[in-house]
Amino acid sequence: MLIYVFRRLLTAIPTLFVIVTLAFFLIRVAPGGPFNQERGLSPEIKANLEAQFGLDDPIWLQYVHYLNNLLHGNFGPSYNLPDFTVGELFANGLPISIQLGAAALTLALLVGGTLGIIAALNQNKAGDYAVIATATAGSTIPSFVIAPVIQLVFGLTWNLLPIGGWNDGALLNKIGPVLTLSLPQIAIVARLMRGSMIESLRAHHIRTARALGLSRWSVVVKHALRGAVLPIISYAGPAAAALLTGSIIVETIFAIPGVGRYFVDAALNRDYTLVMGTVVVIAVFTILFNLIVDILYAVVDPRVRYD
Amino acid sequence: MAGQTILSVKDLHVGFDTLDGRVDAVKGISLHVDAGETVAIVGESGSGKSQTMMAAMRLLASNGRARGHVDYRGQNLLELDRAGMDGIRGSKITMIFQEPMTSLDPLYTIGNQLIEPIRRHRKLSHADARKEALRLLELVKIPEPERRLKSYPYEMSGGQRQRVMIAMALANDPDILIADEPTTALDVTVQAQILTLLAELQRTLGMAIVFITHDLGIVRRLADRVYVMRQGEIVEEGATDALFTAPRHEYTKMLLEAEPTGRKAAPAQSAPVLLEGRDVEVTFKIGGGFLQGQPMLLRAVNHISLALKKGQTIGVVGESGSGKSTLGRALLRLLPSEGIIRFDGRDIAPLDREAMRPLRRELQLVFQDPFGSLSPRMTIGQVITEGLLVHEPSLSYAERDARAVEALREVGLDPSMRNRYAHEFSGGQRQRIAIARAIILKPKIVVLDEPTSALDRSVQKQIVDLLRDLQAAHDLSYLFISHDLAVVRAMADYIVVMKQGRIVEEGPTEAIFDRPRETYTQELMAAALDQTRFRQSA
Amino acid sequence: MTDAAIEQAVQGRSFWGDAWARLKANKAAMVSLYYLLFVTVLCVAGPYSVPHLYTTIYPDYVRTPPSITAYPKADMVETALGDAVKRMRVELKSWQQEGDRITVTVTGSKKLDERNIRYLDRSDTFDDARVESMAPDGLEMVMSAAIKQQYFLFGTDNTGRDLLSRTLMAGRISLAIGLLAGVVAVAIGVVYGATAGFIGGKTDEVMMRIVDVLYSLPFIFFVIMLVVFFGRNFVLMFLAVGAVLWLDMARIVRGQALSIRRQEYVQAAEALGVTRRGILQRHIVPNLLGVVVIYMTLLVPQVIILESFLSFLGLGVQEPMTSWGVLISAGAKNIGSANWMLMYPAFFLVSTLFALNFVGDGLRDALDPKDR
Repeated sequence: MLIYVFRRLLTAIPTLFVIVTLAFFLIRVAPGGPFNQERGLSPEIKANLEAQFGLDDPIWLQYVHYLNNLLHGNFGPSYNLPDFTVGELFANGLPISIQLGAAALTLALLVGGTLGIIAALNQNKAGDYAVIATATAGSTIPSFVIAPVIQLVFGLTWNLLPIGGWNDGALLNKIGPVLTLSLPQIAIVARLMRGSMIESLRAHHIRTARALGLSRWSVVVKHALRGAVLPIISYAGPAAAALLTGSIIVETIFAIPGVGRYFVDAALNRDYTLVMGTVVVIAVFTILFNLIVDILYAVVDPRVRYD
Repeated sequence: MAGQTILSVKDLHVGFDTLDGRVDAVKGISLHVDAGETVAIVGESGSGKSQTMMAAMRLLASNGRARGHVDYRGQNLLELDRAGMDGIRGSKITMIFQEPMTSLDPLYTIGNQLIEPIRRHRKLSHADARKEALRLLELVKIPEPERRLKSYPYEMSGGQRQRVMIAMALANDPDILIADEPTTALDVTVQAQILTLLAELQRTLGMAIVFITHDLGIVRRLADRVYVMRQGEIVEEGATDALFTAPRHEYTKMLLEAEPTGRKAAPAQSAPVLLEGRDVEVTFKIGGGFLQGQPMLLRAVNHISLALKKGQTIGVVGESGSGKSTLGRALLRLLPSEGIIRFDGRDIAPLDREAMRPLRRELQLVFQDPFGSLSPRMTIGQVITEGLLVHEPSLSYAERDARAVEALREVGLDPSMRNRYAHEFSGGQRQRIAIARAIILKPKIVVLDEPTSALDRSVQKQIVDLLRDLQAAHDLSYLFISHDLAVVRAMADYIVVMKQGRIVEEGPTEAIFDRPRETYTQELMAAALDQTRFRQSA
Repeated sequence: MTDAAIEQAVQGRSFWGDAWARLKANKAAMVSLYYLLFVTVLCVAGPYSVPHLYTTIYPDYVRTPPSITAYPKADMVETALGDAVKRMRVELKSWQQEGDRITVTVTGSKKLDERNIRYLDRSDTFDDARVESMAPDGLEMVMSAAIKQQYFLFGTDNTGRDLLSRTLMAGRISLAIGLLAGVVAVAIGVVYGATAGFIGGKTDEVMMRIVDVLYSLPFIFFVIMLVVFFGRNFVLMFLAVGAVLWLDMARIVRGQALSIRRQEYVQAAEALGVTRRGILQRHIVPNLLGVVVIYMTLLVPQVIILESFLSFLGLGVQEPMTSWGVLISAGAKNIGSANWMLMYPAFFLVSTLFALNFVGDGLRDALDPKDR
């Protein structure tokens, strides 16, 4: 098992390298640069700034420098938020995004999973239809509609929640963002769970378990559920990576100082280092969670272990 | 041996709610099981034989409804609550199923799955239950039981899994064991072993067995009494011997006569060799690829030579994985292979796709699965005439249509059905369509890959008759691939026995069947054709 | 069987006939289908039949709540009049309303100019202004004007544009983009996936490895790069978005093509000597169509959401052109003062997405081969 994990980590390195390289050159190919957009900077100042950040070097040299810095854990300075390095920006914002994302993910798995199981056990009955309807609604309504509606209903009409802001992580401030983040996930998890649980309950070995008079708990939880969680695990990996690295919509609407907003702002302003930093963080999370998915898979399903 | 009645089914109805309305699967049948006896329920697919017992065990699918009485020692099982039913299932009445590969939970060890029902029904400590599990594995003759307790199902063969299933079913010393086609998915030699084991266990443990099957051969060798089911009704019942020697109902007679009969005469010595393979070899790569190390090589067909004469039928027999289907496809050049393949004196092995194309009309193939081999998007007229588009492109639509009509008539189907789609036909009809598709091109050679295996016995016989008629009418040569020795005996004049990619034994049909030389062939014959009882009834 | 009977071969139920019958039996899907038709017609024809242009700005009617009765309301007349009089730089002496006309008396310290009435005409509230009488000294003037009846069923936005016409116009854009990018994505995906799946072997491996690499880049990174490259030309951009969304389609189609290629009926065709083209044409493509149709109906809502998302970020459609995303974004910023700006476009977007989903689900049930 350890060897397997180690080998997977080794194969992750070339993947990461390809992603970094691709992103580096893609953003450089884009027209414009960090200092020549609608800033009214004089050519001299611009040249100065570019020289200061080494942007006048040949691109391959910049690339080598960047890789070298990256290997030493240095993401470089942010061009547009000159008071911070990219590392500091993430050190400040990432914990916030992770808190919200982790809460949303936990909620999604618990609530969505439970709803899915309930629906599967009551297939084609009222409970099932209720869950399907909720799940359809949840996965259809985009978050940029859910978020303002939550603000409108809970914030403005009933005055239960603050409309936005982080407020040093006060519980009430988190509810809106976490709800917005988790509702679509709850819906997706519930749908997935329902589908895979129904399939699992139809399996021949479930019939065997029933024919042997095993308890309902054992049939549903021990035998059906264990097989049914596999699709949920594969979904949850990438979803976790996406949730934990922040959502631009939620962070913008609720004015949360996370890292989700960086990407778009940075790309539009050609803040090369910040864009790259974001790409690296997202890629690392994605690779990490894919690895976790594979390990969990092996834990749940013995057939995978020996492949 | 027969004792008092322990299970009696009275006026049982089973129906299913489907999109097209209610479908009645079992229409008011009554039967009984006495202590210690073996009762067989025989029927073809769709006869309701499985659903009867699933209803008794309260294991129907969620859209199934059962009505009537199922009395087990004075309790009506259909009215029992869930707790009561769970006390009976797995303890008093247990069941084993057809699919040994999927009937065990793939995620738990054998030990875990054996111990669970033991502890569920008996108050045993985990250690005692484990000992009991070990004893059961020994009872069903699983080698190295101690090690097997820690194995997962995927690490075992189909036969071993079925033994584990039996061990689980017998864990709590049941009154009745219901066996639903338990050997159908197994190779014949394994099948014989499992049935022998069941008969032995019954002698030592004394439970009653309800055996659900379509296979009359098994019934004759195993059962004390037989119920014959057809379309949800019991048409005949009686003691096994009486029923086999003097069947009363037409349907039973038909079933008994459905065993393919007759022999095929060998073609004249002077008949020319049409298709010849020499040292044919097919190798599959398993695994491999980027960062996955060396691929494993599997030699599915290993140095095989054979020669098919004009008008001859060579039967290729073997168990699953013996490479017989692969051989058939390789000879038609549908798979890449090594060695020489000669058709009409010409080596066709080096020919590419284009060069093979004109020869394809002479070399036809019929598949096992009549459901998968017909495109769901085409009318059967289009299916049958597709080959004509390639080989006789000058034909007009009307001419093709006329040929389709002719071909359908020849295989005994109503030509006015040619604008219908495959899903509107039964399995036997579909196989006729597949045959029509092959013969419309007037081929010289047809490779028949298990053409009857997916069909009921009574339909099998019709297809065998049809194939024989067509062979006579068109002077066809067949390569008949099958695991079913009874069918092969009726069809082939020469037999090739394959095992693990090699030919074990070959010779004229009579010789192979009457005087098999190799042990493997002897085992195969014994398992398939032996008529002695697994257990003498008292 | 006589020859005459053969001529009249029984017509079978084709796959598509079957699917259509099943779809018709699915009430949710059919209602959704009609709803989608209704919305499409509304969005295409609607902007022409609404009295306001989606670009017209009514300064008197900024953030006016929706109402089924005509504007202006009583208190709004006075405000609008006050504004107009202020622009004339005269004093309002008195005014009164008779029916749908008002009579206004104004005074000034200098001689009044009759052309001042144009300020009344310019207001969104009044129409048909006339000078009734002028005092001989020219310091007092009586004017009359008709009150212009306007309907704002969905209210107006924060620059005073009619939300109904904007919502319908936005729908036209959103639907068009959804369809356009959807078709692009499906076309690329089908060609790419079918090629990989049908050729198989090394080609397939390389083609799919490329897809894997593209997948591993964050999706939003891609989209933003496209925005950066193509600027804010929305047609180009959504062709580009379509060009990004093909990845899923390619994978699905490739998987299907591979599995169809392994089907026995394709092997049977190969055994008949049917050419690759014939197999592609008669077997692979017709069997792929179902999947493509299903995926397309699920892709269109995805594109619409994506467009809304980009527009929400200010990266998509640019003013004065609009889309549901643009409107929702504006609505989200004004929920405190004008919640209708969020509610109407959001309702249209969500209900359309719902309908598309139901149609997609219905199609999947109708076409799913597992069902048969």
